[in-house]
Amino acid sequence: MNVVVAKTETGRAMSDAFAIARDRLAGTGKVADYRRQAFDAYAREGLPHRRIEDWKYTDLRALMREVLPLAPAPDGPALSRAGSALKLHAVAGARRLVLVDGVFAPKLSELGDPENGLGIRTLREVLEAGDAARHTQLFAPDNSNPMVALNSAMMTDGMVIDVADGAVLTEPLHIVHIASGGTPAAMVTRSMLRLGKDSGATLVESYIAADGAKAYQAHDSLIVSIGNHARLDHVRLVEDGSDAFNISSAIVTLGAHAHFNTFGMTSGANVSRYQATIAFAGEGSRVETNGVNLLNGRQHADTTLFLDHAVPHCDSREVFRAVVDDRGHSVFQGRIIVRPKAQKTDAKMMTRALLLSDEAEADNKPELEIFADDVTCGHGATTGALDESLLFYLRARGLSEKEAQALLIQAFVGEAIESIANDTLRELAISAAQRWLEARG
Amino acid sequence: MSLLEVKNLQVRVEDREILHGLSLTVNPGEVHAIMGPNGSGKSTLSHVIAGKPGYEVTGGEILFRGEDLLEMSPDERAAKGVFLAFQYPVEIPGVATMNFLRTALNAQRKARGESEFSTPDFLKKVREVAARLNIPQEMLRRGVNVGFSGGEKKRNEILQMALFEPAVCILDEMDSGLDIDALRVAADGVNALRSPERAMVVITHYQRLLNYIVPDFVHVMSKGRVVKSGGKELALELEASGYAQFEDAA
Repeated sequence: MNVVVAKTETGRAMSDAFAIARDRLAGTGKVADYRRQAFDAYAREGLPHRRIEDWKYTDLRALMREVLPLAPAPDGPALSRAGSALKLHAVAGARRLVLVDGVFAPKLSELGDPENGLGIRTLREVLEAGDAARHTQLFAPDNSNPMVALNSAMMTDGMVIDVADGAVLTEPLHIVHIASGGTPAAMVTRSMLRLGKDSGATLVESYIAADGAKAYQAHDSLIVSIGNHARLDHVRLVEDGSDAFNISSAIVTLGAHAHFNTFGMTSGANVSRYQATIAFAGEGSRVETNGVNLLNGRQHADTTLFLDHAVPHCDSREVFRAVVDDRGHSVFQGRIIVRPKAQKTDAKMMTRALLLSDEAEADNKPELEIFADDVTCGHGATTGALDESLLFYLRARGLSEKEAQALLIQAFVGEAIESIANDTLRELAISAAQRWLEARG
Repeated sequence: MSLLEVKNLQVRVEDREILHGLSLTVNPGEVHAIMGPNGSGKSTLSHVIAGKPGYEVTGGEILFRGEDLLEMSPDERAAKGVFLAFQYPVEIPGVATMNFLRTALNAQRKARGESEFSTPDFLKKVREVAARLNIPQEMLRRGVNVGFSGGEKKRNEILQMALFEPAVCILDEMDSGLDIDALRVAADGVNALRSPERAMVVITHYQRLLNYIVPDFVHVMSKGRVVKSGGKELALELEASGYAQFEDAA
């Protein structure tokens, strides 16, 4: 009974928010219909809670309670606060695409010189244009996951990037999400990246906030398709404000002989969830997904990955590291499905958690569903504390307890960070980890 | 003032007393050998001097230049100039040797209020010391002790000793796991660091090591205390007659 009441209340409050926001949401006709359907799907379920298996460790109804109203479009002061926050996180030589409070900010962005085979538009432009085929792609994710449905209903802006067949981009694309720190509000964004066959690109996503940003909510989603023989390198750094929520989804599809190397690190936000679905649609493809959670205080970070081996001869590697201090809570759910046709699949998943305090918690849920008989699949998980004998060795050489811990933590997450192919981006991840370590004191 | 004074030290591990009133005085420039059978408490002494957790000091004191060493954390002791060369140096995968050496050296300097080494100055110093000890650059590029042979691990300990320039070096069973050639290389490294200001405490089970590192004083430990002290000739005497005679004395 309680459940029903909660759903209704959540639904009704949100319904009003949707009605209020509607005139700000881009797109009419079919787009508006898609939004309405998505919203209805969300409203039926409300915020996911622990009785839904997929959300049992991340009860948004308890942790987040409600979805805040949409943030207003940023004004001058908001853009200037966002600009200051950006300085520390800019990537030299990248095409920078900045979204402030969920709205594309041309003044803070640096699109760079035009490049053959690269098209960049904003989501708003695309939703307002009459491109029905593209709208279908943008609304392709089904509404079964309530947070994806909410995102479909309420998305205000984002980047839509196309890389043509054969184009190998020289510069990384860097999407930066900035909360300007006005009134606590929700930013709802969706980006799309389509890589044509034989193409290549590097995408970086950063989530940051201006100083003093309160309990804002970042709701983001990324839809990626990687064409045959194409390669995408992807780095995702969540350094949101310490009171923030970050609920993000990625939906990735690979063609044949494609390669997806992705690295994600969460060191910011109070509550975060990253749910990624990666599907092999063509044979001979490879996915490497590496992740790190660096948590302290009462931070809660959930990484939920779903690898869908639907076709034969594909490889996947998942490496995940969690470092949890204080009363932090790290969640890793790794589901791999190997469908009946997917013979010669090679899938491996390895997760390790390092608990730095007695109250730290790491939950790890591997799920392997294998329906083919000629496959190599494996998973492993460990949880432990820092090795006392290593700590003593370092301290006997003059390192303080914190310094010794920092060195061992760096080594622990290093294996995942090493997977980043691009030197500049690896350095970017290392400095993000460094910032977390320095903040520990 | 003595450099290191261990006075009537009593140490327990869990419910068992390992050291029952051990005393030792070490002055600058001196090399002391501590010999004794397995289980006599030699390694416990080295661990307690370095500040390893897990030991409970129930009586006595350790003074370093007159200061209470037992009140200091292991890193404070290192910065003051206490160095323990480990019997079994640990492997630390993922921590690059050079990064470790620089972090440690600068942490010690910072604690002493000295300026930190710049990267070029540090590299110059390490290369110099490594060349002296015949340590190839390739070894320095690996993780700390990762994949090192026994001899390489001991050379890495001596490299650190040379780099940190401690006032007192405790060498815990430096000869364990080394063949005669590796032992000679390690001993040469140690001998090169002997100086009128620096003291060494060489802990060993076998007299063999003392052919290469010739001590000024030899102490025999048995059942948690020093039962006999003498000059270097005591080591030879032990070699001939064994430890059995002291088991009763204790």
